[in-house]
Amino acid sequence: MPAPQQRRIIFKHIDVPGYTNDLACYVRHGGYEMLKKAVAMPPATIIDEVKKSGLRGRGGAGFPCGVKWGLVDRKSGKPIYLVVNADESEPGTFKDRYIIHQDPHQLIEGIMISSFANNVKQAYIYIRGEFPHGARILEQAIAEARAANFVGPNILGTTYGCEIYVHRGAGAYICGEETGLIESLEGKRPYPRIKPPYFPAVLGLYQCPTIVNNVETLCHVKHIIEMGGDTYAKIGTPNNTGTRLLCVSGHVRKPGYYEYEVGKITLGELLNEVCGGPLPGRKFKAVIPGGSSAKILKFGETFTLKNKDGSSRTLTVEEIPMDFDTLAACGTMGGSGGVIVMDDSVNMVEALANINAFYAHESCGQCTPCREGSLWMKKITTRMVHENARSEDGALLKSVADQIAGRTICAFGEACSWPTQSFIAKFGDEFKAYPEAKKTPKADGALELV
Amino acid sequence: MIAPSKPDLVTVNIDGREIAVPKGTNAIEAARLVGVDVPYYCYHPKLSVVGNCRMCLIEMGMPAVDPATKAPIMDPATGKQKINWIPRPQIGCATNASPGLHIRTNTPQIKDCREGVMEFLLVNHPLDCPICDQAGECKLQEQSTGYGRGYSRYIEQKNVKPKRTQLGPRVMLDDERCILCSRCIRFCKEIVKDDVLGFIDRGSYSTLTCFPGRALSNNYSLNTVDICPVGALTSTDFRFKMRVWFLKQTNSIDTESSVGANTVVWSREGVIYRITPRRNDEVNDTWMADSGRELFKSVRAADRLMATKVNGADSTLEVALKAAGELLKAAIGAVAAVGSGRSSLEEQYLTKKLADALKASTHLVSRVGEGDKILVSADRNPNIRGALVTGLISKLPIAGDATPSSRSAHGDGGVAAPVRAGGLTALGAAIDAGKIKAVVSVGEDLSAAGLTAAQLAKVAIVYLGTHTNATAAAAKVVLPTLTVFEKSGTLVNQQFRLQKFLKCVPGVSGATEDLAVLAKLISAVGGVAVAGELHALWAGLAAEVPALATISFANLPETGLLLDATPYTALPFVEGETLHHKPAAPAVAKG
Repeated sequence: MPAPQQRRIIFKHIDVPGYTNDLACYVRHGGYEMLKKAVAMPPATIIDEVKKSGLRGRGGAGFPCGVKWGLVDRKSGKPIYLVVNADESEPGTFKDRYIIHQDPHQLIEGIMISSFANNVKQAYIYIRGEFPHGARILEQAIAEARAANFVGPNILGTTYGCEIYVHRGAGAYICGEETGLIESLEGKRPYPRIKPPYFPAVLGLYQCPTIVNNVETLCHVKHIIEMGGDTYAKIGTPNNTGTRLLCVSGHVRKPGYYEYEVGKITLGELLNEVCGGPLPGRKFKAVIPGGSSAKILKFGETFTLKNKDGSSRTLTVEEIPMDFDTLAACGTMGGSGGVIVMDDSVNMVEALANINAFYAHESCGQCTPCREGSLWMKKITTRMVHENARSEDGALLKSVADQIAGRTICAFGEACSWPTQSFIAKFGDEFKAYPEAKKTPKADGALELV
Repeated sequence: MIAPSKPDLVTVNIDGREIAVPKGTNAIEAARLVGVDVPYYCYHPKLSVVGNCRMCLIEMGMPAVDPATKAPIMDPATGKQKINWIPRPQIGCATNASPGLHIRTNTPQIKDCREGVMEFLLVNHPLDCPICDQAGECKLQEQSTGYGRGYSRYIEQKNVKPKRTQLGPRVMLDDERCILCSRCIRFCKEIVKDDVLGFIDRGSYSTLTCFPGRALSNNYSLNTVDICPVGALTSTDFRFKMRVWFLKQTNSIDTESSVGANTVVWSREGVIYRITPRRNDEVNDTWMADSGRELFKSVRAADRLMATKVNGADSTLEVALKAAGELLKAAIGAVAAVGSGRSSLEEQYLTKKLADALKASTHLVSRVGEGDKILVSADRNPNIRGALVTGLISKLPIAGDATPSSRSAHGDGGVAAPVRAGGLTALGAAIDAGKIKAVVSVGEDLSAAGLTAAQLAKVAIVYLGTHTNATAAAAKVVLPTLTVFEKSGTLVNQQFRLQKFLKCVPGVSGATEDLAVLAKLISAVGGVAVAGELHALWAGLAAEVPALATISFANLPETGLLLDATPYTALPFVEGETLHHKPAAPAVAKG
């Protein structure tokens, strides 16, 4: 059966020849019509439409967007802020960057609709420091939109106004964690806040109620207004609505961006048909389905899942639909949509060494388990690769990871321990055998760890 | 006495034991009340909660209710309301008591959490306890014994960080020992409002440092040493001087101002090594100024008075008292008694008795500096209110004629603003007019307080004091007495809180306790015999001073007792606002 066709909503115009990222082109393609429609709607209706749409956050956690908006403290009398999380830092994820580069006005329209719906007067786009070009594009686009009265005071002749500010990060993964991001936006070290009491919906930016949404999530809001929440909810699968951007990287023939209805394509279809399958002469070995912190899936393993009617079904890795719920049921997550593929040339110890090095470098250092544990894991895997490996190192790694997960201030604890936990659980033999395997020369064409 | 307001109590369950605690009490404090130890590093009762050490992880649960009807869901097995336990461990420091809160601290999961955190804290720790000054009072040491696994699985290289960073004139940092709890940073920011500390770098390489071009030099910097749970921050003055387990702890009071911060004096074999704050939530919380920690150095100062003198020649106490008695008796009616706001309440009481016996006018030296709005008030006399309570004075000394005193400034780098002593203008005028023939000064340097050498020369002086100065040099009779560290007594602070200090070390050779000297002097001048011993004296105090009627030295609580301040509300006290004190009326700025 051929793989389903892409359904491009967010990427509808992107990559179409002649489509540029300036305002005139965006307006020619129907841009800002949904903002005009939205400002004529009661704000509560917009929130209702987003709730009905079932839109789930595209940043990693998959939290329902409408519910998030519903949690905002609207009685405090304090201003409500919208913060756009454009700190796309999860290894393997590169979708938000592409939206910003190719279609910034789509994001700005989404921001303005969402701001109007939530009575937000100031919105901040927190963009990671490594995206200087993206930040320039956004500044330019905001200036254009302001000149055309889509952004700023009294937009489109209404009494409503909202300013959008671009704030560049300084290059830290943790700034993608929403409370770390808020601290950074306030000019402090991006130490994530403890929850309770600092839930952004109540005590966010400058201790005011704050909504933090991912770039892609806010773009979807525009399309929910266009088609209505109920219609949008019919896209994808129940509880996993809409489309999502998948960023495929690694050992496939055609890596890149793809937009599919959530859950309508399986991992096998995506990798084998859409992405052209493994490189010549190779076989798939493992795949990380949602950014590097998602637990790895091993080709050949199967998952027995319960159906709603009580019966059960067994899925291979290839049969897993790319949605939120099934991936979670298989012990991993859809995360940020970054699909990282590894073929049989990859040594899992070395792959984990690479991931551990990243997380050790990015731990903010605020709380003990992550600060000390992430570096310890890195030191172990680095030693295994570059010095002497011990057969018991795998068990030690898992034990260290177990002491981190679930015990930290923010989700970084899970982000840094899940790779280790899943690599050891699924490729434990390879870790045990690594001291011996190191002594034999590498297969031809195998990647050298840098 | 002012009754505390009744807090809103809620019942919580800790390891199966129920206890009523004020609403909002965190799990650590609630557990403490039932004798359950929840270990922690970063939490401090007087600082904001950051939850970064993760040592205080607990299991938390709330009574189950039906989401729709809000009716309790019962557990058929126990007949009690079902408890919904949160699967993830929660930090105790940020878990606040609400009705029905359940906490478990003794489960395998929590044991594992604590072992994990302990192991993590030690993997990059130098484990140099044998040469670490914190040994013996180190939370890392204590809790690794109590909650660690007892062995290490770490075979990698430890991180290397700076070992000796001088953060300020009094504080030394060993970054390798730092567990990044951020207590010192929060203290400087939240309590002193001197935001100079921060972390640089990230992850396990995070390093505590001072902001560029700044130093941890504020007058509260040594509190960071007190609250550092490990040996990262040490006092340059105290480090490597003495192992803490050899030191005896004695409760005392900081006498540098009328705040009366509660302190602990650490001594061994008659030698004081350091002073640290003692918690009193109504006075100083858990803090004290750096300047107050140096006061003990006066005990063994080179200028200490250790010889009784009559007319400049060494004498015995008996001979000197006789000489003083005759000298003062001869001048009856023309004697002035200069009392001190640095004397204890008991000494002021006897000074008053002495003055009465001599029909002497009474004077008090004022000592005014700049208040720092924290724990050093404008009134640098620790016990001016004691002089009011005992009737030694009825109105405050006038500080307007104050002259700067060099001796009162202490510390380094000018942390303490200059203090001006004064209040003796009337006495000076009386001497000039020839109305005063003899002066007995109880611990005050009359010259520093504004009297001229010519004025001193006109009168016969009996000086009771601890250190040499112009007054001692001019005195006919010098009676060496004890510092606050060598005797016990009480002081009345700016809140009219009666607080006691205890004898920490034996008095120096040659000096006699002030009370004994005063009592003997009263006898020598023919006054009514009074007790010269503290406890016996208190019987008289309680009988004669209505404000002290029900009090004895022995039953005075460690945290002090508030006296009725209403008779004195109209007096123009010089103090401004400090940590736990708000003057009733705006303070009149002096000098």
